[in-house]
Amino acid sequence: MVEMQGPSLPDPELLKVLRTMALGRAVDERCMNLQRQGRLGFYVPLEGQEAAQVGCGWALEKGDWVCPAYRELAVALTRGVPLPLILNQLYGNEGDLSKGRQMPNHYGFRDYRFVSASSPIGTQIIHAVGLAYASRYKGEKVVAVPFFGDGATSSTDFHSGMNFAGVYKAPVVFFCQNNQWAISLPREKQTLSSTLAVKANAYGFPGVQIDGNDFHSVYRAVREARARALRGEGPTLIEAVTYRMGPHSTSDDPRRYRTPAELAAWKSRDPIERLKVELVGRGVLSEADFETMQEEVRAEIQSAIQEAEKLGPPAAPSIFDDVWQNPPPNLEDQRREFEEFVKEGVVRP
Amino acid sequence: MTELTLIQGVNQALHQAMKKDPDVLCLGEDIGVNGGVFRATDGLQKEFGEQRVLDTPLNESGIVGMAVGMALYGLKPVAEIQFLDFIYPAFDQIVSELAKLRYRSGGQFPAHVVIRTPYGGGIRGGLYHSQSTEQLFASTPGLKVVIPSTPADAKGLLLTAIFDEDPVLFMEPKRIYRTATGEVPDGDHRVPFGKARIVREGTDVSVFAYGAMVPTAFQACQVLEKTGIHAELIDLRTLVPLDIDAVVRSVEKTGRAVIVHEAPKFCGFGAELAAILAEKALYSLKAPIARVTGYDTPFPYTLENLYLPSVDRIGRAIQRTVTAG
Repeated sequence: MVEMQGPSLPDPELLKVLRTMALGRAVDERCMNLQRQGRLGFYVPLEGQEAAQVGCGWALEKGDWVCPAYRELAVALTRGVPLPLILNQLYGNEGDLSKGRQMPNHYGFRDYRFVSASSPIGTQIIHAVGLAYASRYKGEKVVAVPFFGDGATSSTDFHSGMNFAGVYKAPVVFFCQNNQWAISLPREKQTLSSTLAVKANAYGFPGVQIDGNDFHSVYRAVREARARALRGEGPTLIEAVTYRMGPHSTSDDPRRYRTPAELAAWKSRDPIERLKVELVGRGVLSEADFETMQEEVRAEIQSAIQEAEKLGPPAAPSIFDDVWQNPPPNLEDQRREFEEFVKEGVVRP
Repeated sequence: MTELTLIQGVNQALHQAMKKDPDVLCLGEDIGVNGGVFRATDGLQKEFGEQRVLDTPLNESGIVGMAVGMALYGLKPVAEIQFLDFIYPAFDQIVSELAKLRYRSGGQFPAHVVIRTPYGGGIRGGLYHSQSTEQLFASTPGLKVVIPSTPADAKGLLLTAIFDEDPVLFMEPKRIYRTATGEVPDGDHRVPFGKARIVREGTDVSVFAYGAMVPTAFQACQVLEKTGIHAELIDLRTLVPLDIDAVVRSVEKTGRAVIVHEAPKFCGFGAELAAILAEKALYSLKAPIARVTGYDTPFPYTLENLYLPSVDRIGRAIQRTVTAG
């Protein structure tokens, strides 16, 4: 583990960091409840991983590419994606940029170079290598960052991505959030490897294991890896050790596979509490200020939810859009038939 | 116009595309220094450099996945999978990622990748250098599936593929890479997708084929011509988009249909053609539709010539169809 070296950023910026982490946590709490109330179909929580996500996101520059998995809500917030756009995707409403086509949390935001996420594990890792290669080819000084978990380090495209990035010295920062659990499989059953970071050795570039619940460690490690990549020295694998405090998703019950004691131990290392205590300790923030901050983010979320719930579903014929740029005649036939059905009331959107 | 082989048509298309547009890159196994195991990419790395013609590590998922990343940026990558038989490690990248990116992102993240891959039997390649599994890809929304049968089409369809906006699986009939020869326009020759080619006109029966089966089916038609059967042969060229009108029109004219492909019969592309004809041309049919295909077995080595549709098997099917009903 890399040792803590004190604050990584000036205090006013750390306050913004804390607010972003608190926002991520509060969105999580609300969305878990909304799902239980039947207002959201599904949700993937990130609780416990706020320092890893905000730390990495904060260390990136405009123009850097993010290739997320489906747990990266706080990364999206950090990259500047407006909360209403995220909520619209969770609701799959007419304001959803992906037109209600994907399960919640599988978003993509072109304007923020936040690539559309899918459900298969690890496939985005190799995309980051292609994006990094292409960016360098076009003369851009940016990096690409695939986000993935401990489970993904067993996947095909973890291997292909690591190997290709090494061979082409692509400007990639591999960001692994080792949250200890791939649904029910614990980290020690995922691989016999002593750490996940050590896997980088075999691909010929550095791997570092860091405290993923410490914002400063994450921020510094990503900054360093980013600088290294842009110096042309190649990729880095960062293993951010953290913990998924919640279930894998709203469809999962972690009581089936892990103990309350384990959860309690990790809750005592809560990344938000940790940064808050530091800032309170240095007199940057009072407990009352933090309460105000919490109320602010809750209000922000409440208003975004109200707006998102006002919007209806995407237009029915949009089901046929965006499959191909130039669709084949069979799909055009189906679209025409569908439109007739709508007209005749056979199909009721 | 220059007389070229089919593989020279492919090579010329790649040269011209790379010359025309610096965003066109090629990547694959052994495609650089070696020019590809069939030499389809011969001379490209020498002319355009290692940055644009990438010899990749041996990992098909990596090749397609990296191409997807390049395409997400906006480049126009042309990936080579050395044999279609080796494409399956990349199936997840093709089906879950490449084919769905435009749709799942609401049009924000289209990924235009061309995957070139030699396919088909007749080269003593056994199970793993011979297969035709176009149906797996043709049934995946979001992909286009293109199979040329002549040098001019190889060039013209590949150039169209590279400058199209949708992902394309470009299947090259390796059995006729060097035996198919013909005049090819020298310039920026484009053949549009979704337009079938009438190879020979006829009135008695419609024969549908693509790729390496086109010359075989053509021979069968020529032989039958001498017995007074006038068969119309249609080269589909692109399975997706399919020229449904051309298929239906031909059968409306002849009233009979024979479908030829190397792939196994069960759930093969011929099943889709037969279903389309049943939906759209049933009242024109005077005889049952016939399919001449590979058998529903894995691809055999020693007995491959018995497995593949031959001139005689196709001829027999045409005769039966014409005399039925």
